[in-house]
Amino acid sequence: MGEHMISTTLIRATEYEDANPLVPNPWEAAVAAIGFIVLFIIVVKVIAPRFEQSYQNRVEAIEGGINQAEEAKAEAEALKAEYEKQLADSRAEASKIREEARAEGAQLVSEAQEKAAAEGARIREQAQAQIEADRAAAAASLKSEVGTLATQLASKIVGEALEDDARSSRVVDRFLADLDAEQQTQGAAQ
Amino acid sequence: MRGPALSSLALSAAEEGGFQPPTISETHLPDILPWMAPWGTGFGKNMLMVILAVVLITWLFSFAIRKQALVPSRGQYLAESAYGFVRNTMGRDILGDKHFRPWIPLLFTVFFFVLFNNLFGAIPGLQMPTFSHAGPAYALAGIIWITWIVLGFKLHGAKFMKLMTVPSGVPKPLLLILTPLEFLSNFIIRPLTHSLRLMAVMLAGHIIVMLAGSGAEFLIAQQEGIANAGLGVAVLIGSIPLYFLELIMMVLQAFVFALLTAIYIQGSIEADAH
Repeated sequence: MGEHMISTTLIRATEYEDANPLVPNPWEAAVAAIGFIVLFIIVVKVIAPRFEQSYQNRVEAIEGGINQAEEAKAEAEALKAEYEKQLADSRAEASKIREEARAEGAQLVSEAQEKAAAEGARIREQAQAQIEADRAAAAASLKSEVGTLATQLASKIVGEALEDDARSSRVVDRFLADLDAEQQTQGAAQ
Repeated sequence: MRGPALSSLALSAAEEGGFQPPTISETHLPDILPWMAPWGTGFGKNMLMVILAVVLITWLFSFAIRKQALVPSRGQYLAESAYGFVRNTMGRDILGDKHFRPWIPLLFTVFFFVLFNNLFGAIPGLQMPTFSHAGPAYALAGIIWITWIVLGFKLHGAKFMKLMTVPSGVPKPLLLILTPLEFLSNFIIRPLTHSLRLMAVMLAGHIIVMLAGSGAEFLIAQQEGIANAGLGVAVLIGSIPLYFLELIMMVLQAFVFALLTAIYIQGSIEADAH
């Protein structure tokens, strides 16, 4: 049976002429050529430019992004440098001001001290002069009053015996001179 | 005896009890306009598929790139990858940075026109690669052949003929033999091999599909016995890897066809360099 199949197949194959695959159908060739050219024109006019443009856009966007980032970075660095410079400047300024303030303070303190010392000295001198004057006034007043009082007292005690003015004033003067001497010795001791 | 193979296989097998392998004539389907007219007299399926390829390629790529988004969607990314493949692998790598830009559209058109028309052979319902017929293959190879020659003469003038036929650095007596051979090889054989390579591979693939189909049909439906039916099923299962092999061939042939186009054009541009 198998042999029979093969032989009939062989016979069939030679029995009639098959189409030649190399012979073209000119209409098919023409349609393919026209179709190809139409597609080519569409690709040239529409498809390829769009793809190229899309590609170009992307290249620009990426490069633009990189440039932008670089610009931003440079800007940030400039800002940072400026900020650091300002910081250093302000630090220097602050220390300068501090120094000045310190010097000024020291000057103020010394001035105030001098002033206070001078004022103190002046007040002390004034007070001393006042005391001196008071003391002198008091001494003078005492001198006269004590003399008078003592004379009156003595005259009352002694009576008329002492009415002789010359004698009494001699006694009073001697008494006061003694008093002065005593006082001076006391002052020296002090 | 038999008309140009229009009668069905099943019928003849039933009549004669033998297996009738598919023939070339059976790849020539009757035309669509006028309906069922003999092949070659009207508008046929092959022509319809050419138009379909043009419409599909235009629509797919225009649709994918319609937004020109900087961050592409999946579709745009795929289309851009496909475009970039032709642009960079076939254009820039072969034609060089200096010359490739004006040729991108031609290479793109060649590659995708051939690819889509080939893939029609793997789509159920269409199931016929356009280029399994010699006509379209001749047409396309012819267009590229003319482009190659016109470009060559435009760039190099009449010297192009000499550059293409007289190899340099060959002893004078040998030129007597080599010059006709070079002429034959570059101007006559080149377009023929360019077209027939594509046509033959597509036709062979198509016939394998037909053979597997009709063989399985014959074994299962026309023959008696479980063994034959089992064999028929085995043929069907075996045809699945064949289908994928065919798919690879379709892509590969489109690639080879476009690659050769780029190489021929490069040969024209730099004819004086070798």
